[in-house]
Amino acid sequence: MLWTYTKKTAFYLLVLVIIVESVFPFYYAILTSFKSGTSLFQVNYWPTMISWDNYAAVFQNGSFPQNLLNSVVVATLTVALALLFAVTAAYALSRVRFRGRSLLLLTILSVSMFPQIAVLAGLFEVIRTFGLFNTIWGLIFSYTIFTLPFTVWVLTTFMRDLPIEIEEAAIVDGATPWVIITRVFMPLMWPALVTTGLLAFIAAWNEFLFALTFTSSNSTRTVPVAIALLSGASQFEIPWGTIMAASVIVTVPLVVLVLIFQRKIISGLTAGGVKG
Amino acid sequence: MTTETSAPPIGVLAKPAQPIKSELFVSRTRAAMLFLVPMIVALAVVAGWPLYRTIYYSFTNASLSDLAAAQFVGFKNYFSWITLKSGRTIYSGVLADPQWWNAVWNTVRFAVVSVVLETVFGTVVALVLNAEFRGRGIVRAAILIPWAIPTIVSAKMWGWMLNDQFGIINDIFLHLHLIDHKIAWTASGDTAMIAVLVVDIWKTTPFMALLILAGLQMIPKDIYEATEIDGINPIKTFFYVTLPLVRPALMVAVIFRVLDALRIFDLIYVLTPNSAQTKTMSVISRENLIDFDKFAYGSAESTLLFLIIAGITILYIWLGRVNLAGGDN
Repeated sequence: MLWTYTKKTAFYLLVLVIIVESVFPFYYAILTSFKSGTSLFQVNYWPTMISWDNYAAVFQNGSFPQNLLNSVVVATLTVALALLFAVTAAYALSRVRFRGRSLLLLTILSVSMFPQIAVLAGLFEVIRTFGLFNTIWGLIFSYTIFTLPFTVWVLTTFMRDLPIEIEEAAIVDGATPWVIITRVFMPLMWPALVTTGLLAFIAAWNEFLFALTFTSSNSTRTVPVAIALLSGASQFEIPWGTIMAASVIVTVPLVVLVLIFQRKIISGLTAGGVKG
Repeated sequence: MTTETSAPPIGVLAKPAQPIKSELFVSRTRAAMLFLVPMIVALAVVAGWPLYRTIYYSFTNASLSDLAAAQFVGFKNYFSWITLKSGRTIYSGVLADPQWWNAVWNTVRFAVVSVVLETVFGTVVALVLNAEFRGRGIVRAAILIPWAIPTIVSAKMWGWMLNDQFGIINDIFLHLHLIDHKIAWTASGDTAMIAVLVVDIWKTTPFMALLILAGLQMIPKDIYEATEIDGINPIKTFFYVTLPLVRPALMVAVIFRVLDALRIFDLIYVLTPNSAQTKTMSVISRENLIDFDKFAYGSAESTLLFLIIAGITILYIWLGRVNLAGGDN
């Protein structure tokens, strides 16, 4: 009896450790973001004050609202582009038999394993040639490298599992492949589209290396770069309060999104991982 | 692979019985090709061509300000030597650069330690989530938070927690008498790598846990009933039953993480800038490419990183016979 209780206590203790360890850093960031003045530099474990000074400072920082807008536009358009290209490609890869299909799938998968740095030099040249340097279009363009392979891969596995009969019925009714995709498959694919779209959105929202390299002015930067480069009045003074407020602002929407769609996200992650 | 999701044989439709290809088959194939074009073009422009150009520039003397003036110099960026009149030989190039080898060592050290610890912690969390208890949903939601937080934000958050003067970590450790003076975790050479590892493990263990959990959930429950009836203790069950069965899922998760860890950039760039003890291959490549105006040299470094990662992937697929193409046949 005693042994069962000890076991149970140990288990719940472990559960507690996992929860606290996962949540605490974010909790502490929120705590810090609501402090101002000298209280910022006192270590507190519980909320002591609520001051909106840091949030006000973030939005008066000039370019931050613009950075936020850039991030939203870049992530949204990246997702739209990836889904558009991926749905049609996934149809061809999953439903039509042609020579070289396995090789093509393997190539797509290997692109998703490219180290981003390996294409940085070449992509820098391409972006400059197209005149996309220091624009958000250059970012949308370059983000295709990691969103597209993943999206194609997951949608292909998903489409492969859809029953063949509905497609046969559509063909008998004289539907063209384009009609089959838009009218027959799309309605069935919403769950997969939402999942891959969300994961692609998160990846684009968080991306740092390309955003850092392909933009050079405050007004074109995305939020991660803006946060990384936030500096205080002097070089030696790091504005921790403002940084934490900015961090909370960009993270809260993501956390809410992830918690709402957690089942879909987990299934998407494991589809990309376990199956791929 | 673990899940053989082989689709119903598509050939039923695509392969007509008679040797002459039907009109339907031809038009379908043509449409399929057409549908593939945008994706292939997009990938060629953002991945294929840039990769080729990176490799090309690694054999030139290109500089960031004037890429067009690049001239072919052979392997000079990789390795070259001059013998002076005095008889002394001076080696140059990436392969003779101690900074490069330091970066390689940092990357390998980081990748091995982080992936091993993430696998262990990930397995523990996955086992917890696989058990049935009240509040399981809360744990799952909680572990998704580190995963959802952008890497830059987690680097800043932890940078603040690990701050030498005002950081909460030093405060906790002082109260617990684990340390007797405040430590500059991110700035000091001895602890910078530890700081990077802590943040990376914190952020990536959830991903690992979820992948392993997916593997655990595919193990049929009656196997555990059988071990229980046979009175085998849980630890033995884990090592002789659970681990072998979850191995395929575990292997895929590990390779994904290894490839990811080898190219790490953002966390180190933000958390421990300027620390020679944490500079990885990606960090040093970008430094040369963009900051130091050694575009060609940086290209050579990125090419080497690409080769290392490609080599490991091929080795892994070959050794593990991992069928990455899934149920495609």
